[in-house]
Amino acid sequence: MPESVLEIDRISKRYGNVTALRDMTFSVRAGEMFGFVGSNGAGKTTTMRIALGVLAADSGEVRFDGAPLDLRMRRRIGYMPEERGLYPKMRAAQQLAYLGELHGMSRHGAREAADRWIDRLGLTERRDEEVQKLSLGNQQRVQLAAALVHEPDILVLDEPFSGLDPVAVDVMSQVLRDACDSGVPVVFSSHQLDLVQRLCDRVGIVRKGEMVANGTVEELRDSGPTTLLVDVPNAPADWAEGTAGVRKLGVESGRTRLELSDDADDQAVLAAAMATGPVREFARYRPALTELFRNAVTEESAA
Amino acid sequence: MTEAQHPSSTDPRALRSVWLVARRELDTRVRTRSFVIGTLVMIAIIAAYPLVMFFVGQGSTTSTVGFTGQATTMVRPVTAVSESLDVSIEDRLVDDPRAGKRMVRSGELDALVTGAPDAPELVVERDANEELRAALETVARQRALDAELARAGLDPGQVRASTSDVHVRVTSLQPVDPQQAQRLGLAMAAGFLLYFMLISSGQMVAQGVVEEKSSRVVELLLSTLRPSQLLAGKVLGIGLTGLLQFVLTAGAGLVAVSAAGVMTLPSTALAGTLGWALVWFLLGFFFYATIMAAAASLVSRQEDLQGVVTPVVMALIAPFLVGVTILPNNPDSTVGAILSLIPGFSPMLMPMRIALGVAPVWQIATSLVLIVVATLGLLWLGGRIYRNAVLRTGARVKITEALRAT
Repeated sequence: MPESVLEIDRISKRYGNVTALRDMTFSVRAGEMFGFVGSNGAGKTTTMRIALGVLAADSGEVRFDGAPLDLRMRRRIGYMPEERGLYPKMRAAQQLAYLGELHGMSRHGAREAADRWIDRLGLTERRDEEVQKLSLGNQQRVQLAAALVHEPDILVLDEPFSGLDPVAVDVMSQVLRDACDSGVPVVFSSHQLDLVQRLCDRVGIVRKGEMVANGTVEELRDSGPTTLLVDVPNAPADWAEGTAGVRKLGVESGRTRLELSDDADDQAVLAAAMATGPVREFARYRPALTELFRNAVTEESAA
Repeated sequence: MTEAQHPSSTDPRALRSVWLVARRELDTRVRTRSFVIGTLVMIAIIAAYPLVMFFVGQGSTTSTVGFTGQATTMVRPVTAVSESLDVSIEDRLVDDPRAGKRMVRSGELDALVTGAPDAPELVVERDANEELRAALETVARQRALDAELARAGLDPGQVRASTSDVHVRVTSLQPVDPQQAQRLGLAMAAGFLLYFMLISSGQMVAQGVVEEKSSRVVELLLSTLRPSQLLAGKVLGIGLTGLLQFVLTAGAGLVAVSAAGVMTLPSTALAGTLGWALVWFLLGFFFYATIMAAAASLVSRQEDLQGVVTPVVMALIAPFLVGVTILPNNPDSTVGAILSLIPGFSPMLMPMRIALGVAPVWQIATSLVLIVVATLGLLWLGGRIYRNAVLRTGARVKITEALRAT
């Protein structure tokens, strides 16, 4: 498998006086799942629409395998738009076959693939029903199949989990995982940060059209100043004040929360803690993605 | 948009994409109930047209006339004179005037002739047939003249023989077309067919564009093809659907015409009219479909569609009204000739004028060139509006914004 990297390179887009995107940059490698998070209006959908060629960027470039994405390559992307849409009066299987053909499959191949995905997503009984007559959950499944029917080389999904019931979330997660494992770069946006943390190899946090944090979940959680949680029941309130480079953030349910500067030595803190008596807990605190996200968004607005 | 970003990128599958879109349109549309019913209604109307003409024609040329009393001696001369005036008479002998009047009232007879041969009386229900009255008067005058001649000592037979050689020589400055009525019938049929087909196929395009916008499937489609390809495929597919409907309807009309035997025009005239109607249907369709698609792309919901489509439909009604009001009475009308050159008017007026046989070749050529040029211009303009408006959901997009945006 060649190294297939999707690169979003310094994309900018303005609508009149409003800057929708400013130098948006990230890349997704083959077999990597990239989670795209940010508040509403941050520019996630705009980025995806530009990657799909539905929208034109003012500047910047989208590349795959080092070459700018052209229409032919874009047909190899599987896309799930935020505003879901299918022909309401077209039968499910027929619709999928049509989309498969539009993506470049042969007529026969598209029909086979449509049937395969219909079976795989449990829609066999519904294959000849008009999409508008399907339940909302089944419509979502057809929508997912529409993104996958042509066996895409890249997957771009805008809020794929929104509106799904827990079973459908599992199906969606599994399908995305499988696609990823077969070497497809997967990008999706979501507000369900726990899902993103669980599923994604890497995460990008967007704020006001700019990427403010980008890395693996572990990297992001480890980024920023080191924070320690120390449970020292017998210590006086100011036990840590004397250690160099340590700032006390507060006490939460008996545990002292300390922020260490870059040159501070955590072993010195441990020694100080032990000097006060028993140490019940001494741990490095790693924030959840939710917290990182909240910090990233609020820090920026404060700045 | 994409084109602007990568001007060098060409799409080797452009034609296939266009065809895929067109095929879907054709495939899903001919299966709809509205297509089947619409086509059947059109076929019924077009097929009924020559049949109605046939029956109406028969009714007007034959009248049943009763003769009673002394008037019975007039049967032969009245029938002979009537025939020379293109009215055929079916004569009935009636016992007495009262019975005859009853029969006229009941509609059994169209007219009753009573009284003396030199002073006949014509009894009708309301209005007398002018030809029949003229025939009766001619016969009565002849009788009176014969009597006067005999009284003057002349032989009426000899006088008649020597006067029957006198004829008026007619010199027509313009050749008379004995089939003018049929040409007019053909022109009206073509005008009606084009009017109906252009409106219905134009509406189909508008609804198709909004369907994709309101269902938001358009974003998914535009990730695989360019707006211009989607638009071209849609217009092509609906055009083919309309063409199929047109051919079915015109074919039914052709069958009805030959079955009813009302056409004495050479079959080339009929084929020529249909051929031109077909050409003008396609030209008119592309002209109007482009406007319809651009107009429809400005709105996001079916409910808002009427507001933008109505002005376009008005633009279709105007040439039809001009066609059916001016051309029948005055086929050579200058207004009609000028309007038939103007794109928008030409798709209906020019084929009607061609069917009437009043359109010179240079006018046909001019109108063709003008509408092709106008359509190309519209494609550019409409394509731009469509491209800029089709992804903008929500409120109606202002046309100036759609033209300005990149």
